[in-house]
Amino acid sequence: MDTRVLQEYLPIFAEAFLLTVKIGLAGVALAFVIGILGAFIRYFKLPLLSEAVKGYVELFRNTPLLVQLFFIYYGLPVMGIRISAEICGIVGLGLLGGSYMTESIRSGLEAVPVIQTESALSLGMTRSQTFLSVILPQAFSLSVPALVANVIFLLKETSVFSAISLMDLMFTAKDLIGLYYNTTESLFLLVVFYTVMLLPVSFVGSIAEKRSRFKMFGD
Amino acid sequence: MGFEVLFKGKNMVRLLQGLGVALQISLISVAISIVLGLILGMLMSLKKPFINLVSRVYLEIVRIMPQMVLLFIVFFGYTKLTGRNISAESSSLIVFSFWGTAEMADLVRGCMAGIPKIQYESSRALGLSRLQTYIYVIIPQIVRRLLPLSINLITRMIKTTSLIMMIGIVEVLKVGQQIIEANRKSSPHAAFGVFATIFLLYFIACWPISCLAKYLEKKLA
Repeated sequence: MDTRVLQEYLPIFAEAFLLTVKIGLAGVALAFVIGILGAFIRYFKLPLLSEAVKGYVELFRNTPLLVQLFFIYYGLPVMGIRISAEICGIVGLGLLGGSYMTESIRSGLEAVPVIQTESALSLGMTRSQTFLSVILPQAFSLSVPALVANVIFLLKETSVFSAISLMDLMFTAKDLIGLYYNTTESLFLLVVFYTVMLLPVSFVGSIAEKRSRFKMFGD
Repeated sequence: MGFEVLFKGKNMVRLLQGLGVALQISLISVAISIVLGLILGMLMSLKKPFINLVSRVYLEIVRIMPQMVLLFIVFFGYTKLTGRNISAESSSLIVFSFWGTAEMADLVRGCMAGIPKIQYESSRALGLSRLQTYIYVIIPQIVRRLLPLSINLITRMIKTTSLIMMIGIVEVLKVGQQIIEANRKSSPHAAFGVFATIFLLYFIACWPISCLAKYLEKKLA
């Protein structure tokens, strides 16, 4: 491996890394918003909306992000809906993630035993008190492992953004390999930057999983 | 809307053939992954320190490295390292089996860990040998829990193999692009119709499998 080449490539990869992280985090945030809304709609069984959310979840959970991105980025513009590659990446990741988050949060909510609701109501708590201070905290603990897995999954999925010509890590690596044939250095930096991005998330995630499990036993 | 382009010539057939290429690669990878994953998963539940260390590193690599990166490493790195050419098909089989094996092994390990200790103790108390305990008590329970999870792995594999177009395999997305390019003049809206169709094709391929997994999960639980 040539250290001069590494030095030369480092700033290029750093820039691509920032873009990848930026879009990744924005996408994950959007996914959480969609997921929370979707899960509440499903949990409270709002008429019509609940069915719509169900359809959306099935559609996006059963198709690959790459295909979704192609449809949004290349398919929609010919019908007059034109959006930038960055927004497209965020929206695509958000929609994919939203479907996974909806399922995870909903199953967390449904895993809280009915007796919890009944006991809270019999203690004189109102419906909203019951939901906010009894059901929600427990549901959150229950869904932490799934949420962590989703976040890691979504950040990994950012690697397909190069397909819609976003200058992310994958795009940079492919570009540099194609231009200068410094394959080893490019692949090395690619792995290093993805490790820097995901190893901390994985680590913090395992701690969060342990903490939330402990909380369940303590109550 | 651009759907008309699909009815020209053999376009729809070509699109389906493209999907077939992707499905073929995913099914072969899934088959390899399930076999290797079962073996690794059982090795992991033996709780030998060396196996544990190696498998934890392996699982962590798969957990944090995007499949796309692994695909690049094998496809470009192998050639660089050995000077020999590797086909895109073989590199995708290697990568997706590598990924799937880790996923499967983790599922197996999770299922094994989920069997309460009392099951082993009760079998011992009833006079069953170790082998009998596994054959009659443990494995049937594991299969029940594992079946829906491994069927889910198939849909995840199908979704993940859409990445193979990025290393130049002509599958459904690539065929779609070719069709759009070829008909740029005659049907300018083709991009919408073709990509919407591919979206739907993937859904049709994965949705029934997801439903089967969900059904089995309810039925076997």
